[in-house]
Amino acid sequence: MRGIQLSFSNTQKLRLEKALAQLESISSKVNSNATVIVADTIPVDEDAALKGHGTLEMGKNVIATVCGVVERVNKLVYVRSLRARYKPEIGDIIVGRVIEVAPKRWRLEINFSQDAVLMLSSMNLPDGIQRRRTAVDELNMRSIFVESDVICAEVRGFQHDGSLHLQARSQKYGKLERGKLLKIPPYLVKRRKQHFHHLDQYGVDLIFGCNGFIWVGEHVDVKDAMVEDQVNKPDPQNTNSASLLGSSEEPTYTPLETRQYICRIANAITVFSALSFMVNLEAVIETVTLSLSLNLGVHEMLEAEFHVQVAEQEAERRCTSSRRK
Amino acid sequence: MEYVNPEGLRLDGRRPMEMRQLRAEIGVVSRADGSAAFEMGNTKVIAAVYGPREVQNRSQQMNDQALVRCEYSMANFSTGDRRRKTKGDRRSTEISLVIRQTMEACILTHLMPRSQIDIYVQVLQADGGTRSACINAATLALADAGIPMRDLVTSCSAGYLNSTPLLDLNYLEDSAGGADVTVGILPKMDKVTLLQMDAKLPMDIFENVMQLAVEGCKAVESYIREILLENAKMLEIRRGA
Repeated sequence: MRGIQLSFSNTQKLRLEKALAQLESISSKVNSNATVIVADTIPVDEDAALKGHGTLEMGKNVIATVCGVVERVNKLVYVRSLRARYKPEIGDIIVGRVIEVAPKRWRLEINFSQDAVLMLSSMNLPDGIQRRRTAVDELNMRSIFVESDVICAEVRGFQHDGSLHLQARSQKYGKLERGKLLKIPPYLVKRRKQHFHHLDQYGVDLIFGCNGFIWVGEHVDVKDAMVEDQVNKPDPQNTNSASLLGSSEEPTYTPLETRQYICRIANAITVFSALSFMVNLEAVIETVTLSLSLNLGVHEMLEAEFHVQVAEQEAERRCTSSRRK
Repeated sequence: MEYVNPEGLRLDGRRPMEMRQLRAEIGVVSRADGSAAFEMGNTKVIAAVYGPREVQNRSQQMNDQALVRCEYSMANFSTGDRRRKTKGDRRSTEISLVIRQTMEACILTHLMPRSQIDIYVQVLQADGGTRSACINAATLALADAGIPMRDLVTSCSAGYLNSTPLLDLNYLEDSAGGADVTVGILPKMDKVTLLQMDAKLPMDIFENVMQLAVEGCKAVESYIREILLENAKMLEIRRGA
């Protein structure tokens, strides 16, 4: 199993196998033999079909070019790939890491086939004022993000030269601090309406980046840009210095309890991705609750026993949800 | 020396047209985008694929297709006599090139412009046919990395000793000095992407030997497909709806 170097005892092995067999029996009811591998022929109707991603026309046949599942939407036939790098779509919320500060732009690693670009002009300035970016702003770029910062942004689209551009035009985007970045395969994250989550009971923010980068960090209150603007308008100079002071002081630190919750949630996600289960909010919360109810220490979540328990819990969860249908 | 005894058995007890046991495993390197281990009898290799990712050397970047790179190496402990091998020696450079060209023929590079794909193959245990084993492992690793391909490339070798065509030579047979034909094919398209031979063979015998090697490739293909399908099904089931 990928990423798991655990030694299961015999009973644990059996329990894990049983849970996985249960998962198999549930899903076999739902989907038929839609799984294909490279160069498998996909049965399609005579030239009425539109060939989408992961397919290739070869003579009269349509073949798959990646391993995955055949999906059909009306006339469109495409293969949804499983393990692969991230494929950006416009509007996706992603988490990335700055690898370079270049003229007027930052370069971000986002698990795509090339680095993404975040232009200085496509993000809100920290002072919240809308204006043209000057040469001074350009020189101060390192005061906003430096190399190895973790950033949350939105996919803006492909430029005509083929590069991927991002934007961060809202207070909810920007630098992520005091937390943990997890990298999981992107196919385990589903695109949803909501990718930002605030777990009130733990005081933790959770961001599921569509690119498989997941941020678990201390909760920060999003300041409303508009309100701040109105208050500070009379004296922009003053606010600038005030915000600078605020960032340099930062006497508060993350309380131990919050740090433990961050690690607990991070470990829950690690276990999920090690078992290659789909990661979503409900599942993560359930897993954290399970670990708390078992009185497990944070590090004990990465042991073999907990992997087995998570697998069993997931099997049960999917069982009940399929019965409800 | 007698490589095929009167009963028609080879040194390791196989029939002339018998392959060694195949074994493959997907996902052996946790940090790689795709990885696989492949065994043909005692030959054991491991392959890791990174990418498509940003091109490291900007001057090599191509605007219409991906750059494919390959590095072949042999572990110090892979052969009988333990010796320190330099990284860029003639043999490994040549095999790297061969593997790169073979894989490039099947990857749809035009779908990933301005990026690079790195394939690293390492021989953990060498017992003849490392070239073929490396290509098979690389195919599995590329499929695991979700890189679009025209077809699966599979490879197998065959030789000619004691006036008998032999499939899948081991180290002893390989070093006997007879001909060694390594073939790589695209099974679905029925095309040859790799054909190498040391020593000489008469035309009619060569055709027989090559036919044997192609059959070996098809046997490897059916095994690889089985492994890949099983892996894909497993991933899909676990992911759930």
